[in-house]
Amino acid sequence: MSTATEAASEEVHESDEAHDDHDHGLSDFGYIKVALLLAVLTAAEVLIYFVETGPVEVPLLLILMVLKFEIVVAYFMHLRFDSKLFTWMFVGGLVLAIAVYAAMGTSMVFWTDPAGCDLSPNPNC
Amino acid sequence: MTDTPTTAGTTAAVEPADGDEPQIAYPRTEWDDYEIIPPTTSLSNEKLTMWTFLGSDCLLFGALISTYLLLRNRQPLSGEGSLRAADLFDIPFTSVSSFVLLMSSLTMVLAVSAITRGEMERCKLWLLTTAAQGAVFIAGQVYEFTSFYREGLGYTVSISSSAFYTLTGFHGVHVSLGIIMLVTLWVMVNRGIIGPERAETVEIIGLYWHFVDIVWIVIFAVVYLIP
Repeated sequence: MSTATEAASEEVHESDEAHDDHDHGLSDFGYIKVALLLAVLTAAEVLIYFVETGPVEVPLLLILMVLKFEIVVAYFMHLRFDSKLFTWMFVGGLVLAIAVYAAMGTSMVFWTDPAGCDLSPNPNC
Repeated sequence: MTDTPTTAGTTAAVEPADGDEPQIAYPRTEWDDYEIIPPTTSLSNEKLTMWTFLGSDCLLFGALISTYLLLRNRQPLSGEGSLRAADLFDIPFTSVSSFVLLMSSLTMVLAVSAITRGEMERCKLWLLTTAAQGAVFIAGQVYEFTSFYREGLGYTVSISSSAFYTLTGFHGVHVSLGIIMLVTLWVMVNRGIIGPERAETVEIIGLYWHFVDIVWIVIFAVVYLIP
């Protein structure tokens, strides 16, 4: 993430000097570097799946997922360079979606039984 | 603005300014009485609409993903219908199709970049490449669904399988719609309907395509990789 962020920051400074509007981003080479980073992160995800990593497996996979999500939204979708209003529109939906998941999980006793429900005689299912 | 226009049907009076080319009079319509009001946010209305739509689509996929997580183990413990999608996952295969979809985001952003610079041929090439990668992803999903069905995991076999097919199927529909939009965009660029001055149209379709990609990033991790 830091590599992509640094590379992107250099590009942004160059762009900022040239334009004052919202419509600028990375150069084509900058986008290719970001894509390479995403490919590496995906490879890391698959590696973690196959290699026994114990209790850190799920947190690691979640961190990599959030990183990939953020990189695509920030650089490919230009949210980093665009108006904050677009960010709020999108993040608003995202927060609501997470709230829906949290509410559903809470009401369905998901947190105490993270494996989900099965057809065993469980009164909560 | 709120008054009903009453001058429709007459001819607009067009006085050429000194030194300017004489302008052609045109039939007056009711819309001539309306002033074009720029967006008060100084932002593109179309782009704002797409972001609002994407925000709302987060809710759709949030509900589908949470439903799958809640129901993924809800099937008979033995006998017919006890099979789970997770028992049949082919992670190397899905990893390759995920990688293809991820790289389609790169070609999409390169298409936007090309049309912004006025490089129409390059833009058309990247648009077609993106659509082709989307088609490869969909072909992979059809193969996966077919092989699961042959193994005995039908849509109605259990609540768990229904939740899995509904989630991944909805995503597949989104990708398919994206491919249709990309091909339509390619045709419009090819015919000169969309040029560099309308690069934002390509950018907006690109936003949709990237969204489809980020949804798969979540599905791939949460549904396929996390045990």
